[in-house]
Amino acid sequence: MSPNKHVDNLVPSSRIGRVDALSRRELLQAVLGTSSLALTGCNRTALPQAGDYLAQDFALGHRLRDPSATVALPTDWQSVPVVIVGGGIAGLSAGWRLLRQGFRDFLVLDLEREVGGSSRSGNSGRFQFPWGAHYITTPMADNVELIELLQEMQIVERLEQDGSPIVAEQYLCREPEERLFQNGTWIEGLYPALESTEDDQRQLEEFQLSMHQWSQRRDADGKRAFTIPIARCSTAEEFLKLDQLSMAEWTRQQGWTSARLRWYIDYACRDDYGLTIDRTSAWAGIFYFAARLRSDRSESQNVITWPAGNGHIVQYLSQLLKAQLRTGQLVYRISPTKPGRAEAQSAQLQPADDHKTESPVYLTTLDGQTGVVRGIAASRVIFAGPQFVAQRVIDGMAERRALTSNFRYSSWLVANLHLSARPRASGFPICWDNILYDSKSLGYVVSTHQSGIDHGPTVITWYYPFANVEGKLSRDQLLRLEWSEWADLALTDLEQAHPDIRQLVKRIDIMRWGHAMIEPGPNFLWSDARRSAAQPLGAVHFANTDLSGIALMEEAFYHGVRAADEVLANGVRSH
Amino acid sequence: MLTRAPLSLLYLNVLVIATCGLVYELLAGTLASYVLGDSVTQFSFVIGVYLSAMGVGAWLSRYIHDHLARVFIEIELALALLGGISAPALFLAFPFVDWFAPLLLGMVFVIGVLVGLELPLLMRILQEHLEFSDLVSRVLTFDYIGALLASLLFPILFVPHLGLVRTSLAFGILNGVVGLWSTYLLRPLLSARGLDRLRLRGGIVLVLLSVALLKADQLTLLAEESVLGGSIIHSTQSPFQRIAITRKGKGFQLFLNGHLQFNSTDEYRYHEALVHPAMLGSKPPEKVLILGGGDGLAVRECLRYPSVQSITLVDLDPAMTGLSERFQPLKELNDAAFSDPRVRVVNDDAFVWIGADDTTYDVAIIDFPDPSNYSIGKLYTTRFYRLLRERLKPDALVTIQCTSPVVAPKSYWCILASMQSSGFHIRPFQATVPSFGIWGFALASPQPLGDVPPLDPSITGLRFLTDEAMRAMFELPGDIRQVATEVNRLDNQILVRYYDEEWHEPQ
Ligand SMILES: Cc1cc2nc3c(=O)[nH]c(=O)nc-3n(C[C@H](O)[C@H](O)[C@H](O)COP(=O)(O)OP(=O)(O)OC[C@H]3O[C@@H](n4cnc5c(N)ncnc54)[C@H](O)[C@@H]3O)c2cc1C
Repeated sequence: MSPNKHVDNLVPSSRIGRVDALSRRELLQAVLGTSSLALTGCNRTALPQAGDYLAQDFALGHRLRDPSATVALPTDWQSVPVVIVGGGIAGLSAGWRLLRQGFRDFLVLDLEREVGGSSRSGNSGRFQFPWGAHYITTPMADNVELIELLQEMQIVERLEQDGSPIVAEQYLCREPEERLFQNGTWIEGLYPALESTEDDQRQLEEFQLSMHQWSQRRDADGKRAFTIPIARCSTAEEFLKLDQLSMAEWTRQQGWTSARLRWYIDYACRDDYGLTIDRTSAWAGIFYFAARLRSDRSESQNVITWPAGNGHIVQYLSQLLKAQLRTGQLVYRISPTKPGRAEAQSAQLQPADDHKTESPVYLTTLDGQTGVVRGIAASRVIFAGPQFVAQRVIDGMAERRALTSNFRYSSWLVANLHLSARPRASGFPICWDNILYDSKSLGYVVSTHQSGIDHGPTVITWYYPFANVEGKLSRDQLLRLEWSEWADLALTDLEQAHPDIRQLVKRIDIMRWGHAMIEPGPNFLWSDARRSAAQPLGAVHFANTDLSGIALMEEAFYHGVRAADEVLANGVRSH
Repeated sequence: MLTRAPLSLLYLNVLVIATCGLVYELLAGTLASYVLGDSVTQFSFVIGVYLSAMGVGAWLSRYIHDHLARVFIEIELALALLGGISAPALFLAFPFVDWFAPLLLGMVFVIGVLVGLELPLLMRILQEHLEFSDLVSRVLTFDYIGALLASLLFPILFVPHLGLVRTSLAFGILNGVVGLWSTYLLRPLLSARGLDRLRLRGGIVLVLLSVALLKADQLTLLAEESVLGGSIIHSTQSPFQRIAITRKGKGFQLFLNGHLQFNSTDEYRYHEALVHPAMLGSKPPEKVLILGGGDGLAVRECLRYPSVQSITLVDLDPAMTGLSERFQPLKELNDAAFSDPRVRVVNDDAFVWIGADDTTYDVAIIDFPDPSNYSIGKLYTTRFYRLLRERLKPDALVTIQCTSPVVAPKSYWCILASMQSSGFHIRPFQATVPSFGIWGFALASPQPLGDVPPLDPSITGLRFLTDEAMRAMFELPGDIRQVATEVNRLDNQILVRYYDEEWHEPQ
């Protein structure tokens, strides 16, 4: 976990300034949204005694934002043929690809003390639980590279005749998969079916049929309109024009007025993109459903999940890349010229200069723990961090700023609640995913579901996207609230379905994700800016899920593999 | 001197005393026949002990010379406490004591002695105020009216509406109130010294009993009894399930979450069918795995084989295995199976446990509850059967209970199909268990199965199985025919849905 770890965050509310008090209250109200919840401020007695309050590493991240924080020039230089900056899924996948192609001479650097980025997981000793990403969907037959990885991990057991993967039973999400808390009881599935009218039902069926049709649409060249990864989607105008309007607008155009259907689609947008239905591009909204439907089947591809969520993939890859991984290393400058070239040390540098490619790239790194500054000369760099960091780190990004300035990121808050027993509830029994109809949160996922531990203590992961708040404002809100306030909000939200939750919760760990997910709002996904951001800049190649315009493991993986292939195609050589 | 008014009130006192005394006696008799069965024996023992104890009390009353009124009240309070807690205390003690009958009769005896003391003392208190003939006639009249009231109201009103536990506490309270009230009625006969202490004691008794009455819900099993159709002799809510044992007819029955697990009168049919096809078919089995079966009855059958070196029993609920170890009737039924040094009990979810175990077994007996919910349903999935296969020697044999093939054919054949698709060779069989009807099982092995095994004459104690009965189990009648089903997997849990449809149960 990141170093800014607090156990004692029970800050009395008196510390909150008087002027601020009202707006804080409003803020608290706004977060949960439900008017019925009369938040009276923080109920300290009803909170567990402990919990971590985490965030992406501020201390190091701050160095990036603050130009005045001058960092010494590196005295110690080494040269490494390939450096991957960022150990999220994209960076790790790039490393996996390099190893698989027999290339071992590279490093993976991440500023956090733990790798994984937004796919990392936690461990309480007894249980593992996700901190962010928690599932993938079974890839289609044509996603060959991802299937290769999953085969290597023994998640895919074998292939069907047509190349479709057959996933080992224990990794497919166990039934019952999801339930919804509506009108005071839990019902099976995601659709708020209670008290729905015939018209609601008809519209739902129309919608499902429509998604099925979209999943089968192909362009003149036979490319699917919607598939994963996005790079393999058709770029025919008839499909791309969907990106110009919001999902809400498109739904209206279809004549669907059902409030239940709208809730269902809005939930999907919030769940996958952290955006409400009116802030999500219609192309992205349809993608969520259609890209996961196999053209010959009406059911969605099965969900693959682990107790640690996608942290399971991170664990596998980082084990594989043990020799290459360096954590706690902030890369704060990447430049085509050697910083402080005039200095005497330059003589010691022997970068790999015998490549036919451009001159080397110079990286300056800061060790988060020791404060030691080091230099690395690399023939190739894969920058696997997000674009908003690239802007600050890479010299020569200035011209690109215009391109990347419309990369926007939403914020998320994730709370892991350690429970002493399963909460009581009426209706359909506890599932992997448990959603509240009357809430702005996304409910919770049960970490022990997949391991078959159905009784006793567990950890549940509560997700809250700032779905209707613009990115910068949401980050502001995220940081303004204390641990105790977030803990109280999570409990208040869950209490509507589980009145006994406060007695059961022993600990709440909270993670604030400031730039959690790239936002696929209208006119972004298929903009030139998004598409050209993946082009290499000199010897720097890019890989991150944000280059796809949506945050998905499969997309991060795709870019990692692509960037690794670009690097290999340039003929880098081991020393 | 007592005035006239309190005199007539004292007859009321007699009435209440008589009613309470008889109610305690009836409670003890009913409770004994509930939990021990054989009501004729139980009632005649209880009545005999009670009446003779009353005689002992009457005889002892001659040794009381002074402070008659005070002693009378003390006795009344003691009776209130003892009688009041008698039923709940006996219920609570029942599962855990070997000497239940002596305990119960001992309690009846003490109550009888106290009741026996009361009347002579009261008569002596009143003798100064009444003619002897008048006194005897009035006191005895009220005494018998009380007895009549108790014997009529007990079966008609109290047992059906309050249940044993609450009746007991309610009469204790009534008894205590009368005791406390007597401190006012008999005030002229009581010395001021220690009067407050006496009243305080009365108050404490009342508070204790009232608290117990409020908490009696946890013990009151009325609603459940009407569902389970027998008198409940033990019931607990463990973190995992509701366990209830009822007595009905000659036997007792175990229910988990309201589902009948066995009836002691015919469980031998079920357990012989479940265990012996695997045990007899295997080369002398040494290591046996029992999954579920926390009642210890399958263990009992396995222990008939001298070749057995170890039995590992995996059952989720320590409350269940604990009950089988200590609850007398159950312990008798399973021949104290858990005391055998070869038996090891593991309290864990079999699904989690089987992925972590590393022994290989000769025989596995699967005796899980029916797949009525998802957390049990996972124990019938191909994933589970594959993990089980890894725990078996190549020539191991498995038997499994798989619900009724007549009531729930899809469920039955789905279980078999799921085992088959996990690499087991499988043979269906069935047996009739009166409490369940026709019940379905399967014999399975990683290797092809041979002929139906003959019985082994050295294995004694079987009541149901003979060579013919064994062969007959494997002959399926015409109404048990394979139906096509899906395979039960973790990611479809189709079996829970089949089971739900076929047994028409929610969840
Ligand atoms: C709450 C939440 C839930 C999600 N749920 C799912 C889900 O269920 N399924 C799914 O597929 N996706 C989900 N996602 C999307 C998730 O973002 C992607 O699946 C994937 O993890 C993105 O990986 P990445 O490598 O592209 O980016 P990141 O995970 O952001 O990784 C970037 C890494 O680079 C490092 N880094 C950045 N700058 C520097 C620097 N200058 N120096 C050194 N290191 C640097 C960072 O520390 C980080 O580790 C979720 C995301 C969030 C936030």
